[in-house]
Amino acid sequence: MVQSQEEEHPRKAFGWAARDTSGVLSPFNFSRRTNGADDVTLKILYCGICHSDLHAVRNDWRNTVYPIVPGHEIIGAVTEVGTNVTDLKVGDITGVGCLVGACHTCESCEGDQENYCHRLILTYNSVDRDGTVTYGGYSDHIVVPRRYAVRVPQGLPLAAAAPLLCAGITVYSPMKHYAMTEPGRHLGVVGLGGLGHVAVKMAKAFGLKVTVISTSPAKEKEAIQGLGADDFLVSRDPEKMKASASTMDYIIDTVSAVHSLEPLLALLKLNGKLVMVGAPDKPLSLNTHPLLFGRKAIGGSMIGGMKETQEMMDFCCKHNITADVEVINMDYVNTAMDRLAKSDVKYRFVIDVANSLSN
Amino acid sequence: MLEAGFGCSDGSSDLPSPPTALTEKRLHYRLYKMHHPMEANEPTTAVIQIAEPKEAEEGRAPSLLSRWAALNLQEGGPSQGGQPRMPQGCLLPLPSISGPEDVIVKVIYCGICHTDLHQVRNDFNASKYPMVPGHEVVGEVIEVGSAVTKFSVGDKVGVGCIIGSCSSCSSCQSNIEQYCTKKIWTYNDVYHDGKPTQGGFATTMVVNQKFVLHVPNNLPPEQVAPLLCAGITVYSPLKHFGLSQSGLRCGILGLGGVGHMGVKIAKAFGHHVTVISSSEKKKKEAMEHLGADAYLVSSDQAKMQEAADSLDYIIDTIPAVHPLEPYLSLLKVNGRIIMVGVIPGPLQFVTPMIMLGRRSISGSFIGSMEETEELLKFCADRGVSSTIEIVKMDYVNKAMERLEKNDVRYRFVIDVAGSNL
Repeated sequence: MVQSQEEEHPRKAFGWAARDTSGVLSPFNFSRRTNGADDVTLKILYCGICHSDLHAVRNDWRNTVYPIVPGHEIIGAVTEVGTNVTDLKVGDITGVGCLVGACHTCESCEGDQENYCHRLILTYNSVDRDGTVTYGGYSDHIVVPRRYAVRVPQGLPLAAAAPLLCAGITVYSPMKHYAMTEPGRHLGVVGLGGLGHVAVKMAKAFGLKVTVISTSPAKEKEAIQGLGADDFLVSRDPEKMKASASTMDYIIDTVSAVHSLEPLLALLKLNGKLVMVGAPDKPLSLNTHPLLFGRKAIGGSMIGGMKETQEMMDFCCKHNITADVEVINMDYVNTAMDRLAKSDVKYRFVIDVANSLSN
Repeated sequence: MLEAGFGCSDGSSDLPSPPTALTEKRLHYRLYKMHHPMEANEPTTAVIQIAEPKEAEEGRAPSLLSRWAALNLQEGGPSQGGQPRMPQGCLLPLPSISGPEDVIVKVIYCGICHTDLHQVRNDFNASKYPMVPGHEVVGEVIEVGSAVTKFSVGDKVGVGCIIGSCSSCSSCQSNIEQYCTKKIWTYNDVYHDGKPTQGGFATTMVVNQKFVLHVPNNLPPEQVAPLLCAGITVYSPLKHFGLSQSGLRCGILGLGGVGHMGVKIAKAFGHHVTVISSSEKKKKEAMEHLGADAYLVSSDQAKMQEAADSLDYIIDTIPAVHPLEPYLSLLKVNGRIIMVGVIPGPLQFVTPMIMLGRRSISGSFIGSMEETEELLKFCADRGVSSTIEIVKMDYVNKAMERLEKNDVRYRFVIDVAGSNL
């Protein structure tokens, strides 16, 4: 007989879950494992709402197991540490992102790139080592192996730091891996949402010249005055796009809708790199001529490893980088999801879990 | 100085008066008609031969100075979808020294590249006729301009895909002139002097010394031809993307001219080579003759699945539209697929295929003159040869048809000097 979510683990837990493809979230009683020797337990303080949460609750990728408790931009305070955990103590402010497990023996894991492990365990809607489904950060507490928690450096405002655990690492990791950080070089950021706005801030901290590429002219003011971008390009303006041809060393493309790659490739200089971190759910068309005749490359990237997530948090603290957030209460979450679907947020909702989640 | 003369259906030859502004003796031409029976399914290209009039008058076979050209024979031009017609002929100026750095090359061999096929068929909608294709040229220097320092008469030389560039942009200045945005293609382009460029399906070419290469004496000249396009197309990206250290696991997609060079060069670098092909039929050849370590048939789902995540890089040589996903899944984490085929149309892919595994889709185009000379030395030192089928010029149309069906092991090379043009 299948155990209920409340019974499958020893400790009571409470959160909000979606129960069907409508994606509507509501209070949910479930359970979590006890704190193992290698684990830490966090009382959750804040959790960011990522666009992936929206996709998952609505079963857009056809792989959702209901009921689903989303949330993988978690900031919490340590309430318990396992006997093998020596570098975190009760009270420490820590973060948990998109991963809570991996095989630890493959080449990717050994290279601190758990995010590319074939047996990776996601923070929610994934199968844990004990065969149970993982539940995410729209809940009161979470238990994770120490390896999957990062210390939040002192000085980072907590609600604004939450989105770094997914949005932040998702742009930081490819910027380092694809060597897109040489000061003075020119980076284009396509799409000004959760990922895009953090990319602009990080790029400026790396000393890059930044151009935001967007379909909406209305975002120019915020891009330049609010976020510090150097320039703004409306992708629907063919003349302006043409004038910017061959001017960029790199482009980070955060757009998750289907869109045309050719105009973006044209913006790149010789040897330029276009890195995709948004995941359109339909195929994109690719004319390979610009790749051949400009030796250009299109690369992909997916979140980041734990070591570099810690590195990213430290980098953000040093450069005062956090997300621009709208803090909400748990009971606003469904409205927030609807607004997110219309891109009506600057630039991330963050749930004040500790103060608004009640049984 | 280019005139096309069509429409003589009564069999008489066209004899316009010789151009007057010219002083070079080679610049007088007479048209010779080439008989080429055209049937309904004949490809819309043909070759004609033109020759030096003096020798023709004396009843001798045409001299050294003839050109083989692809003519667009459709009435009203290609865009109007006309029917092929019998070639009536055309005048083409012969090459001559036009600048102090020019070198005249007597063509000995010329390889047939798939791009030549695309170009004569106007697949890129940019073909200008008459067109003399050919950019894998091996020859001998027969004349040098007054400022030529790199070559002497008698030198064995090669000419590849480009014969001019701007010299001042950052690509030219950093010796990657193949990426110059003003580069001039060996054929179907316009030279600095405004004249159309014509390639190596010809007995002679005139090329600026900067775009002529020394061919090492210890390399058989017919085998050098494919190195000048197919070979360098593989060698350049392996060097550029840091893929030349031994022990890497390589995939070669497509076993044609570029593919077979990919196998040989990757083996020479000490890589484990898997050939990926659409059919079983090239397996024996690939493993026994070319030295591949493994062979995958792309439609064999089980074997493809088994090979998932096993390759550091793939060189994709297919010159036609094809799916990418099956091949992306063969790449390891951080793996790269390098597109080198010139494809007349877009491909497609789903982004998760590159996000998972942090894979890249790159492209590369031939190589620089410097890299090509390095490649020739590399091949001479390591005994890397090309596998070719030598044909005479009058076989060229048949060769193009066979090339289209992928029926060649693995490059046709025209024995131009031996074709009695």
